[in-house]
Amino acid sequence: MLPFDFDYYRPETLQEAVELYQKQAGQGKQVIFFSGGTELITLGRIDLAYVDAVIDIKGIAECKIIKSEGSQLLLGSALSLTQIEEANPFPLLTKVASEVADHTARGKITLGGNICAQIFYREAVLPFLLADSQLMIVGPEGIKTVQIHEIFQGQLQLKRGEMLVQTATDRRFIEAPFYAVKRRQQWDTGYPLITLAALKIGQEIRVAISGLCPFPFRSAELEAHLNRWGQAAESRIAGALSVLPKPILDDVEGSAEYRIFVLRNLLYDALSVLEGSRV
Amino acid sequence: MALQQITLHVNGEDHNLTVRSADTLLFVLREKLGLTGSKPGCLNGDCGACTVNVDGWPMKSCLMLAIEAVGKQVTTIEGLHNTPIQQAFVEEFAFQCGYCTPGFIMNCHSLIEQHPDADGQTIKEWLESNICRCTSYIEIEKAVKSVLRKD
Amino acid sequence: MEVIGKSVIRKEAWDKVSGRARYTNDFQSVGMLSAQMVISPYGHAKIAGIDTSKAWQVPGVRAILSGKRYPLTGEAIRDRPPIAVDKVRYHGEPVAVVVADTPSQAKTAADLINVKYELLPVVNSPTQAFQKGAPLVHEHLGEYKKEEDSLPVPGTNIATHIKIRKGDMEQGWAESETVVEASFSFAPSDHAAMETRCATAEIQPDGTIIIMTSSQAPFMVKRLLADYFDEDMGKIIVHTPLVGGAYGGKAAVQLEVLAYLASKELGGKPVKLFNTREEDILTSPCHIGLDATVKLGADRNGKIKAAEIRYLWDGGAYSDKAIDVTRSGTVDCTGPYNIANVWCDSYCMYTNHPYAAPFRGFSHSELSFAIERTMDLLAQKLNIDPLQLRYLNAIMPGDTTPTRVRLTKSNVGDLRKCIEKLRELIQWDEGPIKVINDRFIRVKGVSCSWKTSTIDPNAPSGAILTFNRDGSINLMSGVVEIGTGTKTILAQILAEKLKMDVDKVHVRMEVDTQTTPEHWKTVASRGTYMAGRAVLEAAEDVIRQLKEVAACVLRAPEEDLEVGGSRVFLRDDPVIGLHFKDICYGYKYPNGNTIGGQIIGRGNFVLRHLTGLDPETGEGKPGPEWTPAAYGVEIELDRRDYTYRLVKACTVLDIGRVMNQKAAEGQVMGAMSMGLAFAGRETFYFDDLGRVLNPQLRTYRPLRYGENPEYVVGFVETPQLDSPYGARGAGEHGLMGMPGALGNALSLAAGVQLNHLPLIPELIWRAKEAKHHASL
Ligand SMILES: Cc1cc2nc3c(=O)[nH]c(=O)nc-3n(C[C@H](O)[C@H](O)[C@H](O)COP(=O)(O)OP(=O)(O)OC[C@H]3O[C@@H](n4cnc5c(N)ncnc54)[C@H](O)[C@@H]3O)c2cc1C
Ligand code: FES
Ligand code: FES
Repeated sequence: MLPFDFDYYRPETLQEAVELYQKQAGQGKQVIFFSGGTELITLGRIDLAYVDAVIDIKGIAECKIIKSEGSQLLLGSALSLTQIEEANPFPLLTKVASEVADHTARGKITLGGNICAQIFYREAVLPFLLADSQLMIVGPEGIKTVQIHEIFQGQLQLKRGEMLVQTATDRRFIEAPFYAVKRRQQWDTGYPLITLAALKIGQEIRVAISGLCPFPFRSAELEAHLNRWGQAAESRIAGALSVLPKPILDDVEGSAEYRIFVLRNLLYDALSVLEGSRV
Repeated sequence: MALQQITLHVNGEDHNLTVRSADTLLFVLREKLGLTGSKPGCLNGDCGACTVNVDGWPMKSCLMLAIEAVGKQVTTIEGLHNTPIQQAFVEEFAFQCGYCTPGFIMNCHSLIEQHPDADGQTIKEWLESNICRCTSYIEIEKAVKSVLRKD
Repeated sequence: MEVIGKSVIRKEAWDKVSGRARYTNDFQSVGMLSAQMVISPYGHAKIAGIDTSKAWQVPGVRAILSGKRYPLTGEAIRDRPPIAVDKVRYHGEPVAVVVADTPSQAKTAADLINVKYELLPVVNSPTQAFQKGAPLVHEHLGEYKKEEDSLPVPGTNIATHIKIRKGDMEQGWAESETVVEASFSFAPSDHAAMETRCATAEIQPDGTIIIMTSSQAPFMVKRLLADYFDEDMGKIIVHTPLVGGAYGGKAAVQLEVLAYLASKELGGKPVKLFNTREEDILTSPCHIGLDATVKLGADRNGKIKAAEIRYLWDGGAYSDKAIDVTRSGTVDCTGPYNIANVWCDSYCMYTNHPYAAPFRGFSHSELSFAIERTMDLLAQKLNIDPLQLRYLNAIMPGDTTPTRVRLTKSNVGDLRKCIEKLRELIQWDEGPIKVINDRFIRVKGVSCSWKTSTIDPNAPSGAILTFNRDGSINLMSGVVEIGTGTKTILAQILAEKLKMDVDKVHVRMEVDTQTTPEHWKTVASRGTYMAGRAVLEAAEDVIRQLKEVAACVLRAPEEDLEVGGSRVFLRDDPVIGLHFKDICYGYKYPNGNTIGGQIIGRGNFVLRHLTGLDPETGEGKPGPEWTPAAYGVEIELDRRDYTYRLVKACTVLDIGRVMNQKAAEGQVMGAMSMGLAFAGRETFYFDDLGRVLNPQLRTYRPLRYGENPEYVVGFVETPQLDSPYGARGAGEHGLMGMPGALGNALSLAAGVQLNHLPLIPELIWRAKEAKHHASL
C-alpha cells in the first residue's frame, strides 16, 4: 500500500514517453519511468521512495522486443526477467537472471528496471558488462546507442529524462563459454553474498561481480591479473583480489572478509571451468 | 489522475471500479471486490501469499498496481473450482493454517498450465516464490507432482 | 479403532483451498476505521517530545493516541505501557497510534508525526544486561504490580530468577571423572507466521466490547482487558476466526489492547489494527534469545553425575511471557537425562530487544541446543558413541526430574525406545561420517529432548455438544484452529466415542468467548489432551441422555443399550433401536406426546496435582506429562566453502497414540522445518543502537521450498493413561532437537565446536579461521 498518490501514464511510443517525462518534470513534479515498478511499490510503502507521476513503459513496442538483427541480439528493457528466461536467447543472461529474486517476482521485475534499480546488486547487468553490449537510450535529445562501459560506472549514468530502451549484444559473446554462480548467506534463497559471472572469449577470461561492492562491476585490472597465463591460478587470483574496488560490503549478509573468502573460491571455480585442464 | 476509472477482468467477469493509481491489485481485489482469498503476508513481494494468475502466469498481486492489470485476465483462488490441484492439496495435507494456501495453489495452478511436464528443478524454481511456515513442503511437493503430467 | 489414527481430512480443508477460509483481517465492516502505529526507530531512547500537529491536518484522521499514561500492562509483571511514555525500550515499540478512515490516510498521518528522541545507552544482550553497572531497562522495577511467582530484582535487569537445587553438587563433582563446560548463545528471532497479527475493536453503546483477533488466547484477551482497564468481564466478547499460523507468537496480548484504546478514544467506533510484516517482526513479541553456560560431569562409564547450568534468557524490553518461558526452561533444564545433582540458575533478563513471546517448544529448542551440544562434547571427551551416551543417561520411569517429580511410564513415555528407533531410521550403525571426496563429507548428528507444559495449575478446558435435527452433532470447544488440526482431532475423538461417522460431526471453527466454553489457551500442545478430555466427558453426557430417552421408548433398561452409527440400540438385538434424529430433540409418540427434549452435552477438564515451584529449590510439579524424543540430522558439508546442504532430518517421538496419521506427521515435519530454519538461518541482526537490521521476509528468511531435507518421522506409542486414547502432546517436539542435532553434525563435519546460532557458512568459516590462527 502506497501512502501517497501519483499520476499514472502509459505511453505507447518512445517519443510520447520522453515528452511526458519532460512535461511532468517541467511542472516541478517528481517523475519516474516505471517498468516492473517493483522498486517504487516496495520502497514507497516504507517511505524510501516518493513520486508525483509515473510513466509506465511496458506499452512501448521497442521496450518489449526480443529479436536477432544481423549479428546482434536486441532485448527490450521492459521485458520481464521471466520472459527472457522462457525465451532463453542469451543463456548466460538466463542463468544470471534466474537467480534474481524469485520466479514469481521475476514475472514483474524487468531487465531495464533491474539494471537501473537502486538496489546494490542489479545482477542482470553482469552479462552485458561481460559482452561489451551496446545500450540504446532515448532522451530529450533523441535516440543514441552507447557502449555499456561508457555509461555504466557502478550504475547507469543516465541524464534526467533519459531512458534505457534496449540492449544489443553481439552473437560472439552469446555463444561464448560462460560460468555464473550466485552464492548466498545460506542455502538457495535471498540476496547475493557474491554473484559472479564469467565469460571466455578466445583465450581471455572476463568476470563481472555483484554483491561484493555496493555496485556491480567489471574491472580491467582484475581481469589482467586473472589472464596472466604463465602463473599458477593461486597467484593470479591473489593478484586479482589485490585490486578489488572499494568499499567491500560488510553487512548482515556477510562480513567483508568473508565475502573475499567466498570470492576467492568462486574465482577459482570460474577458472577451473573455463580453462578446463589448464588450472 | 490520482483516481482512475478502470475495468478489471477478474475470474471471468468485468468490474468497473474507481481506484487510486497507487492501489495495488491485492488491495483492490480484497477491499473493492471482496475477494479476500488472496492474502497479504508482506506486501513486499517476498512471501507469495497474495499470488494470483495474470494472463496465465503467476503474479504477486502486492507487486502490481491495479491499473497495470487493465486489459488482462486475472484469476484468483476464488476463480478455481474443484480443480485437481485443490483436490491434491486436500488429499496430501498440503497445508495446516491455510494462510499461504491460496497463493501456493495459484502458483501451482500457473505452473501446471505453463509447464505440465515440469521436472523437479522447474518445480523448485517456481515454488521457491512462496513461503509456507507450517508444513514441511514435502506435502506440497507431493500434491503438485500428483497433478503434473507424469512421463 | 474406527476413526482414531486415521488420516481424516481436516474439517476446514475445502474452505482453505478455495479462498473461503477467513482470518481476522478478512473481516471488514462498513465504517471500520484503520489504525496505524508509529514505532520507535531506536532500541533505547528518551522521548523528548511528540509533535502531532501536521498529522492532524491529513484528511480522514479521527484520532491520535500518544503521550498518555494508560494503565501498565504485562502478564507476569505489569511493566509495559501500551503506548510508550517517557522512553522507548526497543526498536519497534509503539509511540503513537493514528486512526483514520483508510489505511493510507492513517499511514500518511503517522509518517507526519515527529517524535524527538534522546539516545540512551543500549543493553544489547542478556550477558551485558547481567553485568554490574549495566544500564537499566526499567528504573522502577520494584514498583510494578506483579504475579506472586515473578521474582524481579530491583536495581538490576533481572526480571525473574528461577533456581533448581537438586541433590548434592559437591558429591556430584566428586563422582565425576570427566567434566566438560561450554557457553552458547543466540539472538532473538521471529515466529514469522504467514498471517501477521491483527485485531479489531468496537465498543457498543451499552458498553459491550467486541474484539476480533488473530490470537491463541482469546479468553486471556477477555481476562486481561477486564483486568487492565477495569472493564466488566461479561461485557467483553472476543472473536477468533481461523488463525494463519501462530507457533506461540499469538499467545501474547498486545494489539487487542491498542485497538481497544483506539476505539475507546473514538466513542466506540470500530477500529482495525493490522500489522505490516515489519511491525509484526519488530513491534509484536518475538522468539526469545539465550546465553547459556553448561557444565556436565560424568563417571568413567559415562553416567552423568552433576550438571551446573546458567541460562540468561533474552526477555527483551518487557517481561510479559518471557518469565513463563524462563520458568519452563528451568524445570526441564537438563534435557531428558537422569541427573541426581543439578544446580541451575535461570534468569529472565531485560534488554533493549523486542520482547519475547512463547515460541513453539516454549524454551526447549533453545535449552536443548546448549544441552545437546554439551552432551556431544562429553561424548567426545569420554570417547563414547554420542547416541549411546544419551541412551545410557536417558530419563526413565522411577527417575526424578530437576523439580523432583517422580516419573512413571505413563507420564514420561519411553526415551530409550525412541533412541533405538532413531538408530535404525538414520542407519546410525553405519557410523556418523561418510567421506564423499576430498571436498564433500556427509555427517550425522543426534540429539534428544523432552518437554512438559508448564501451564496454570487450574487451566480449564470445556466442550459443548448440540444436535441438529438430522442427528448430526455440533462440537464447540474453545480451542483455536491455528493450523494444528486439533478441532478435527476433537471430532475424531467424539466420533470414536459415539462410534459414529466423523462426517456427521460438525465443528465450530470460530471461537467467541461468550458462547464457546473456555479453553485456557491454544498453546503447549495441550489441545488434544485437555479439550479431548472435555469432549469425552461431553460425549458421556450425551450418551447418558440419549440412553435415558431411548430406554423409555424401547422399554429396555439403559444398561442394555449401546450407541453406534448415530443410533441407540439393544446390545443383543441391534435391529431394535432409534436413530439420534428421533430422540435428540425429544421422542414424539404418534399421538404427539413428547418425552425428553433437546439434548445438550457438556464436558470439562482441569489438570490435576500441579503446583508452583519452591523459590529456593525449584521443587514442584510443573506439568502433567513429558513427551520425549530423539533426533538425527544429516548434512553434506563442502569442506572448502563451508556451505552445506540438509540431507535428512529425523524425529522419533513418543506420541502416546497417533490420533491422525498424516496430521501427526505433518505437525512433526513442519516443526522440524521450522527448527532447521531457526538453527540454520533465522536470527535478528542488531546494530549498536539496538535496531533490528532485517525486519522483512526478504532479509529474515524462513525455509523455502526445496531447501528442506528429506524428512523421516517415527512414532513410539507408550500411552499416557489419563489422556484421550493415550495421546501425548506432539505439536512442538519436531522442532526442539533440530538445533542441537544440526549443531552436532556440523561441528563434527567441520572439526570445530559451533556453539552459536544460526549455523551459517560464515560462522563455520570464522570458527575454522580462529582455530587455524590459534594453531599458528
Ligand atoms: C521479492 C524480491 C526479491 C528481490 N531480490 C533481488 C535480488 O536477489 N537481486 C537483485 O538484483 N534485485 C532483487 N530485487 C530488487 C529488484 O531488483 C528491483 O526491485 C527490481 O530490479 C526493479 O525492477 P523493476 O523492473 O520492477 O523496475 P522499476 O521499479 O520499474 O524501476 C527501478 C528503477 O529503475 C528506473 N527505470 C526502470 N526502467 C528504466 C528504464 N528503461 N530506463 C531508465 N530507468 C528505468 C525506475 O525509474 C526506477 O528508478 C528483489 C525484488 C523483489 C520484489
Ligand atoms: S503479500 Fe505479496 S508477496 Fe507477500
Ligand atoms: S499452511 Fe500455514 S503457512 Fe502454509
